[in-house]
Amino acid sequence: MCHHDRYIVAKINFDPLSYSNYFCKYAKFREILNPELGTGIWLSGFVMGGSSVRDGTLSLGDFVASTKALVEKWEKIDVGSSLPDWQWKPRCKMDAQSEEEGYLALEGVYRNHGGRQEQIEDGNDFNDADNVTDDTWVQSSSDNVHVYDYHVVYSFSYKVPVLYFQGHHAGGQLLTLDEIKEDLPSHSLKILGESKWTFITREEHPHSSRPWFTLHPCGTSDCMKLLLEGIAEKDQQLQYLPAWLSVVGQAVGLNIPLELYGKNEIIP
Amino acid sequence: MAERRDDEAAWSAEAARRVWGGSWYIPIGVLYDLLCADPERPWNLTVHFRRYPSEILTPCDGEDSAKWSYMNSLKEAAFIITGNSKNVMNMSQADQGALWQSIMKGNLDRYMNISTRLKLGPFEEDCLVRTSSVEGQQSSEEPESPGSGKPCRVPVRLYVRSVQQDLYDLEDAVPVSDWDSISYINRPFEVRKEEGRSYISLEHALKTLLPEFFSSKASGTPDDSEHAQTPDSAPGDPDVTPRSCQKVESTSSSQQEADMANKGKVKLVRVQGIELDMDIPFLWVANNLKNPECYVHICVYVGIR
Repeated sequence: MCHHDRYIVAKINFDPLSYSNYFCKYAKFREILNPELGTGIWLSGFVMGGSSVRDGTLSLGDFVASTKALVEKWEKIDVGSSLPDWQWKPRCKMDAQSEEEGYLALEGVYRNHGGRQEQIEDGNDFNDADNVTDDTWVQSSSDNVHVYDYHVVYSFSYKVPVLYFQGHHAGGQLLTLDEIKEDLPSHSLKILGESKWTFITREEHPHSSRPWFTLHPCGTSDCMKLLLEGIAEKDQQLQYLPAWLSVVGQAVGLNIPLELYGKNEIIP
Repeated sequence: MAERRDDEAAWSAEAARRVWGGSWYIPIGVLYDLLCADPERPWNLTVHFRRYPSEILTPCDGEDSAKWSYMNSLKEAAFIITGNSKNVMNMSQADQGALWQSIMKGNLDRYMNISTRLKLGPFEEDCLVRTSSVEGQQSSEEPESPGSGKPCRVPVRLYVRSVQQDLYDLEDAVPVSDWDSISYINRPFEVRKEEGRSYISLEHALKTLLPEFFSSKASGTPDDSEHAQTPDSAPGDPDVTPRSCQKVESTSSSQQEADMANKGKVKLVRVQGIELDMDIPFLWVANNLKNPECYVHICVYVGIR
């Protein structure tokens, strides 16, 4: 059963320039990282083999509904003190159309400058990453701290959510790309070296008109089509954002608590 | 004419990148249309070599930055038009390089030859973009189902600038103080065949993309906004609203009231340096006045009280 689905994934050919390649690798990587969750997804896919598969995009209305569900659920689960809350920020410009347009923000995420390296040295697996972060955060001085802001913005062109992010020092100075690279997981660094122009790019933030770093969204719909294949049609809308976040979060080193996508919600 | 102008844009990339508020990834023709309310000739630019404002302006690392900014925009346009970016991503490295060089060198024939193969146009009133090719090999790779009800989308980027409400002479417009006062909107226009409409006018397209600047007191703003934003489905209200959401919504409500007071009216629309009449067919504008990355860049001057 699992083998069958993996084979399907492996058969798809991706262009090296495309972010899809990275996304696809992460779809498989996620299965390894979370065996229980991964098994659930693939098992569900096997059981519901005939379910219709959408094109992997998300309408604006579903995006807004999904963000509200995410904010609500995030407040209920125990994320500890290392992660702040997601907030919905409505669009505030002269052309504001309604309060239903805006973006999702997770701001003030502290990252210890040497955290990634220590994780590698200790050989900790994914589940211990949060503990390592907590410990090193308590001990480190403010000079080693990077503070990140993450924004989830809807792309009308690609009809998918897009992650915008930027970091700054504790004193407020913006991080350069080289400084951000120091906080990226090693596999992201590898892909960034191969696909410099199509993986992490610098774009003008649609809501702040300032340059932010972003994961290029051109491959998102292809990946989400795969990730949501095994989920019942009625649940895809609300599961879209947590599933998407599980992939992009790992791409930029943002650890999302496993409780966000509880197993019971994937197999109702 | 349009292509010639954008060739100048590529040639002037080095100069444009240092312009205050002049983002290098925006074509220079658009910057000129947007920042010079009353077109001045020559356009006076100040060149700076120190104190780069890196917090508000993305640095341009060289020709590769410009090339990939162009390619990513082209890929985005392809996604909007065809539903995927395969036409662009399947280009050979040689063709990608040749396409970029044709723009850099102002080689219109070469550009047209390569870009035509991408089959990203022309836009038709019947919502069908002719993607089927005469070449048998291409058509087998991407079969086009004739019964597809998927609406055709046109890549549009809007730049909204506010001017005085009682402005009569453009030369009296207050200069743009900073880039934050410009509203940049990257949103495609969906071509839908509507009953009783013989063609889609520029006014209709702008009314769909910028409904708040066209709605009169007679028509209901919420209906227009809702229709414009969510053609696929209307968002359902959650049964329980958390406190944080309530707080956000109250803030949004007051912001909405402020926006109501500031509602403006469109005074001028420029595309490729041409002041367009509102009745002009929008798809003609899209087919003939688009930029080399297949986007229509529209500068809109809005009068604000």
